[in-house]
Amino acid sequence: MARTRAKPATARAPAPPYVPLRGHPLNEEEFRGQVGSTTWVPRLEYAWDAGVAISRFLDGLREGKIYGVRCRRCGRTVTPPRAFCELDFKPMDEWIELRDTGTINTFSICYVTWDMKPLRVPQIPAVIEIDGTSPRVGFLHLVGGVRGRTVTEIRRQVRVGLPVRAVWKPPAKREGAITDILHFEPVRKRANR
Amino acid sequence: MSLIKRKPQRRVAVIGAGLSLFMRRALDTGKELAYYAASQALQTAGIRLKDIQAVVMATAPDAFDGVHMKGEWLLDGAGGVGKPYLRAYVGGGSGVFSIISGWMMVASGLFDLVLVVAEEKMSSCQPHPQGAFLTIFDHTIERPLGPNLLWIFSLEQQRYMAAYGIRNEDIALVSVKNKHNALAHPAAQVAAHLTVKDILDSDVVAWPVHRLMVSPISDGAAAVVLASEQVARRLSDRPIWIQGVGWCLDTSYWGNRDLAYPRYVEKAAWMAYEMAGVTEPRKQIHVAEPYDPFAYKELHHLEGLQLADRGQAPEDLARGRFDRTGELPSCPSGGLMGVGNPIAAAGLMKICELFWQLRREAGARQVPGNPERGVAQAWGDLMQIGTVAVLGVR
Repeated sequence: MARTRAKPATARAPAPPYVPLRGHPLNEEEFRGQVGSTTWVPRLEYAWDAGVAISRFLDGLREGKIYGVRCRRCGRTVTPPRAFCELDFKPMDEWIELRDTGTINTFSICYVTWDMKPLRVPQIPAVIEIDGTSPRVGFLHLVGGVRGRTVTEIRRQVRVGLPVRAVWKPPAKREGAITDILHFEPVRKRANR
Repeated sequence: MSLIKRKPQRRVAVIGAGLSLFMRRALDTGKELAYYAASQALQTAGIRLKDIQAVVMATAPDAFDGVHMKGEWLLDGAGGVGKPYLRAYVGGGSGVFSIISGWMMVASGLFDLVLVVAEEKMSSCQPHPQGAFLTIFDHTIERPLGPNLLWIFSLEQQRYMAAYGIRNEDIALVSVKNKHNALAHPAAQVAAHLTVKDILDSDVVAWPVHRLMVSPISDGAAAVVLASEQVARRLSDRPIWIQGVGWCLDTSYWGNRDLAYPRYVEKAAWMAYEMAGVTEPRKQIHVAEPYDPFAYKELHHLEGLQLADRGQAPEDLARGRFDRTGELPSCPSGGLMGVGNPIAAAGLMKICELFWQLRREAGARQVPGNPERGVAQAWGDLMQIGTVAVLGVR
């Protein structure tokens, strides 16, 4: 059991709950050295099946194609593909080859890793609405082909509503994965949607 | 279209509330934190654990603690030994979902006295509890892109800003307001006097999100005691009634959703309002505790709760409408941005705040006037759930 070095905090304020609140806050030093703690690094391995619909989507990516699926009852064309329409609760009716172009629905410029370490070159995640789908339908990917690292430099080149195109890995290097698309890059001119 | 079949017949009241301190890192275990809050709630309700017939425990991902079946592990701290016990878990929405679950137990007629406890200890997860969130992304089509939790919020905030032409200065004001409100909260972890400039001068973690627009990592617990009408009237001279509850989830294909407006929160809100007989929320709701894990979220949720027009919440905030002394005080507690964000406990802390505000015993935090009805809301899962509770003095 931990040695109770930390003083119990007894906060009182002219506001509820009006009674001393319990809890023993630790500072970083206390946590790292003075109180007992036990550590464990889990090792778990999983092998995930892609499923019926996503398997076909991944096969398409290997061929440089983005697939969507269509439900005739609600009339939606959506991607990523799914085996059944989650609204009408029936099988999807057809597979549709979409274009590899789209529009930036939203984006971010991320300067930290998940454990809050700084990133020198920021990541630019985005939701890309893929051309040929129903309005506002897309998926998460990255924006690339952008110069500069600062918010100002990047925002000069990337904005919501910007047309983008998939930049593919060379065919020989594709493996049937979402990363077969390296990123989406801004396009200056684009054929009619 | 009606969202509920019929108004439940048995009324349910909150008759006691308790909290632990909210801390960046507590020596105390999750069980100990839960015990502090639960025992305080029982004490203020004037009852003992043996009077409690069933227990609801809300706590978010097992991965925070590295303890599988964490709900069962926390049982002893929640006072659930030898009783019907339920873990209520919908991610960040769990805190408000816990009182919804407890309400169902009492409204159904099964029990007269139910203890609802919410606990979170995020600090155990190393090197950063964000690691626990990496597995919320789709394993095949999202995780290979290297996502982290901040992406979700920064993408949603940017869509919200782009859709309505909102500036980051307007959003930073939420951090200023809530951290200031929290100065009067004895449990507060990150209360401060700051300016919009301070917020925007803090590091950009994932533009448009700055470090001071993000709620902290917290350890803490909250609890309330729920009672049926007859028992509540016997035990309490000022029971606070749960007038309505609502919850709703949107699709897990989050890239197919309107990120500028939380429709699922709107649906959850109308379910709760319908049950509460609220037809004009802006007139009939006097105090609000919307979920604010990130600064923009409070504004997003005020719109979903029908308490501001779409895209207008930032303007309302700037003119003081949501201040503690404003027309519709929002997060008078200080919210997650000021008091702290031990996930499930933060949601139930908001219920505790309504309990004190509506009993007019909130002291330094008391909103002016005679608030008769308030709404609390939480949000979570894969950015897809809204959980709403309407509480009132009648």
